[in-house]
Amino acid sequence: MKRFLKILPWLFLALFLTEMFFVLKPKADGEMRTAEFGRFPALLEGRVQPLDSVARNSLLQIRSTGDLPLEMVPGWQFWRHPKKLRSTEWLLEVCFKPEVADTRNAFLIHHPDLISELKLGEKGIEKSGLRYYTYNDLRPLVEEIFTQASTASQIESAQRTPYQQQVIKLANAINIYQRLKNSIQPEGTTNFVQLLADYQATLPAGVAAMRAQRTGGEADREALDKFMAIAQKIETAANRSYPRIVPPPHPEQDRDAWSNVGASLLAAIRDQQIPPAVTFYARMAKAYVENDAAEFNSAVVGYKNWLAKDFSKEAGKGRAEFYFNRVKLFLHATIIYVFAFVLAGGALLTIGSWLAVSESLRRSAFYLIALAFVVHTAGLIFRMALEGRPPVTNLYSSAIFIGWGTCVLGLILERIYKVGLGSAMAGLAGFITLLIAHNLALGGDTMRMMQAVLDTNFWLATHVVVVTLGYSATFVAGVLAMAYVILGVFTPVLTARKDFNLGSALTKMVYAIICFATLFSFTGTVLGGIWADQSWGRFWGWDPKENGALLIVIWCALILHARWGGLVKERGLMNLAIFGNVITAWSWFGTNMLGIGLHAYGFMDSGFKWLMLFVGSQVALIVLGSLPLNMWKSFQSHEPPPTPPAAPDHKAAPASA
Amino acid sequence: MLTRLYYFFSSVKLAVVLLALGLILVFWGTLAQVKLGLYQAQDQFFRSWFIYANLPGTELRVPIFPGAYFVGGLLLINLFAAHLRYYRKGWKYFGIVLIHLGVVLLLAGQFATDVFSVESYMRIREGTAKNYSESNGRWELAIVDTTDADSDKVVAIPAALLKDGATLEEPELPFKVRVLEYHLNSMLATKAGDGFKLVEAENAVGVPIWWRSLPKETRMNFRDIPSVLVELVQPQGTTQKILLSGHLARPQTLTVAGRHLTLDLRPERYYKPFYLHLEDFRFDRYPGTEIAKNYSSRVRIIRPDTGEDREVTIRMNEPLRYEGKTFFQSNFDQEDEKGTVLQVVDNPSWLTPYFACVIVAFGMSWQFLVHLVRFATSRKKS
Repeated sequence: MKRFLKILPWLFLALFLTEMFFVLKPKADGEMRTAEFGRFPALLEGRVQPLDSVARNSLLQIRSTGDLPLEMVPGWQFWRHPKKLRSTEWLLEVCFKPEVADTRNAFLIHHPDLISELKLGEKGIEKSGLRYYTYNDLRPLVEEIFTQASTASQIESAQRTPYQQQVIKLANAINIYQRLKNSIQPEGTTNFVQLLADYQATLPAGVAAMRAQRTGGEADREALDKFMAIAQKIETAANRSYPRIVPPPHPEQDRDAWSNVGASLLAAIRDQQIPPAVTFYARMAKAYVENDAAEFNSAVVGYKNWLAKDFSKEAGKGRAEFYFNRVKLFLHATIIYVFAFVLAGGALLTIGSWLAVSESLRRSAFYLIALAFVVHTAGLIFRMALEGRPPVTNLYSSAIFIGWGTCVLGLILERIYKVGLGSAMAGLAGFITLLIAHNLALGGDTMRMMQAVLDTNFWLATHVVVVTLGYSATFVAGVLAMAYVILGVFTPVLTARKDFNLGSALTKMVYAIICFATLFSFTGTVLGGIWADQSWGRFWGWDPKENGALLIVIWCALILHARWGGLVKERGLMNLAIFGNVITAWSWFGTNMLGIGLHAYGFMDSGFKWLMLFVGSQVALIVLGSLPLNMWKSFQSHEPPPTPPAAPDHKAAPASA
Repeated sequence: MLTRLYYFFSSVKLAVVLLALGLILVFWGTLAQVKLGLYQAQDQFFRSWFIYANLPGTELRVPIFPGAYFVGGLLLINLFAAHLRYYRKGWKYFGIVLIHLGVVLLLAGQFATDVFSVESYMRIREGTAKNYSESNGRWELAIVDTTDADSDKVVAIPAALLKDGATLEEPELPFKVRVLEYHLNSMLATKAGDGFKLVEAENAVGVPIWWRSLPKETRMNFRDIPSVLVELVQPQGTTQKILLSGHLARPQTLTVAGRHLTLDLRPERYYKPFYLHLEDFRFDRYPGTEIAKNYSSRVRIIRPDTGEDREVTIRMNEPLRYEGKTFFQSNFDQEDEKGTVLQVVDNPSWLTPYFACVIVAFGMSWQFLVHLVRFATSRKKS
């Protein structure tokens, strides 16, 4: 038993290390090298990204998922992996086999009124209360959706009803979908290679006829008609495409001049030359339609080699981001955090009764938190490298970074107080923040380019990082205080060990973390003011986000002064720290929900409900924390003499072996 | 009694209460912005001694909550008093002193900024120069004598003096100005409409003009545009009614007693001893998008008295600091992107937050280290 408890932590670590090894190991491509296709670079939203990211972020905006499940498995059967189309495979279908893509349940419609207004009730499929529809379901309604959306978009975004927001979102999804269809070849093309050949063949005569017509000379009608039939298709594609997949023709002059397939083919009227990239993509298109894996792979390899010459940087970026998309480091960190939290919780609950088990669980949790930290950090650094930015650039990355900060603090606390508290806190906070980040990522691309005002790595690296660490610290203090209240009221563990008083240790931790939070929030807030002074000429403008940061500073100062002045003791401190969670959550999310001010970069239309739920839960905990001491299990046994009926409760726990 | 007052003002309890009040004030003031807009909420909550509300059912304004000046002021007193009372010598407390000193500097600096800083805007078209900036909210009635081709004589009357029925006299002017009707925010039209009234003026506009008054603007990117109907009364008794408005593109020209005058209701001007000549304005976007990557203005600073003439580029996050003023890239002409709007800030106390930040951060780190050392040694002992 003793030996088992000793090696248990290592077993856990080995288990998750193995999992991570398989996650990180490069995977073999299928018979048709679709993954290699997904790595090809394209320009969208001002940045070079792999086609896989184009597909993923489109799918996120259309369906709020990164991949497209092909079968519906009830949510509670988490062990079953439904068959799914990976983002790139979906993109290939949309571009090359649109008739198949149109039958996929790719469109999420959220709002019940919108579903009934569009009379979609019977159609589509349902999963976990959400309904998904195919493009074929929506096809007859497209006109109406666009009309409604254009009416709704005339209203200021903050004033829109949820229904109007959803109509706009749906119209945007349909628009993206239609444009994706035209992104690699003109929609409806069955043989792109043939189309290109025809285009090239009719081009000289067609252009000559066009010139002749314009100058009033004798035009060759037949040549002109033939040419125009193709050119019109191409022009439609030029106007309706989404990513720009054709690399710049003269990279040495302008590396940003990417163009879409249609536009680059129209440019061929002038240069009489079809860009090589289009030729490669045409071969891929034809091979994909004909299910000719050998030809598809040969075209993919051909294009890859062609890119290696002048576009190795862009191709490298595509490969790196593709890998980042596939390994999902933050998802795996989340899983490890949850396990670690459960183990650390077990360690805390057994601390008074079963010391050997408690220590073994504590160690397991600590190792796993350390592993999660490594995975989390790797993800963070990978993202920073891809973006070329400091860690926090938007709401999504702030969630990731707050989680990272809490994990660092948790590891430090665990090193000092070896009871499992630090790990439990890090596990819980890491899990929740990454969950929040996951939900924030459902809006689409999380690596968008920065608006001009925010385009400064210096201030992003100082002000934003420091303020975000301040958020982390207040959350850490709040979570520790929550642990104090929950453990104190419902379990005897705060005072279970004679040699070590968990309750007073927690108090010391919370106090120290609040000091730390004060330092970071204050410095971060003032740095923000200085940034504002540098960019807008005012140090302080009472902007909502600034006020939010100020609230945290004031609250931390209030807690410290209340403590020093003797206005609060242990439990008072804990309740104040829990309310700190409310204030920090307001500052982080609430201010963005107001939809005003210079910082409204992360305006959120939903999420208000969650904020209210969170506030409610924290207030409930404060009420719990205000219960008189004799209702706290942890403090009952110390009341001399213990009343007999109260005693068995915690004496009943199994004695340590 | 005095000791009791001293104990009250120096107590930590008071500090906690004030911090709590500040917390509520900031939160309330943030929420109020949704309705009132940033500027009005700022004035009501953060640039005031008290927050007022109407007594239910009456027009009576009563203070219901302390404003930021009140809370901040008491906090300053509390800080000083507490330091007198609790000050203890020794390096262990050095950090505490520094932190509070920094906070005092920060509060005082912000108060000074509120009082002394002046914000204005310079709108310059490409290829032209200006030697003045314009206020964003304050207007003036400017009467310029252009008789002498070489130099203009300007009489500027602040819009605050334009009260209905007021008569304004200036020795330099060949007439008195009687204010018939002034609207702080207004709208003009060339046809009758709902709420519009015909202006009985003798302007040289050529078409009749209707006007109406509008409520004070609260939205962030909009501003009040005033209009005024004045009557010019010459010594011999002849009168002339003239409409002046921020909406009118050109000043009104008059000839009175052989003098050529122009009249204009315009944003207050702040003249500088130098010109800024806009060479080029650029609005860079990320490729294939409308997302702004950078805004920048290439300007020449031309200073006739010293002969200075050099070129600088003002861009986002890189303002020009010159002559104690700071010039920020603020906006541009949306229509053709060939004109820039620079924000000009004259704030004598702009450096205080920089010092305050350094002092407080240093004090906090100091205190943090003191605690850390104490904590580490105590753990070692146990």
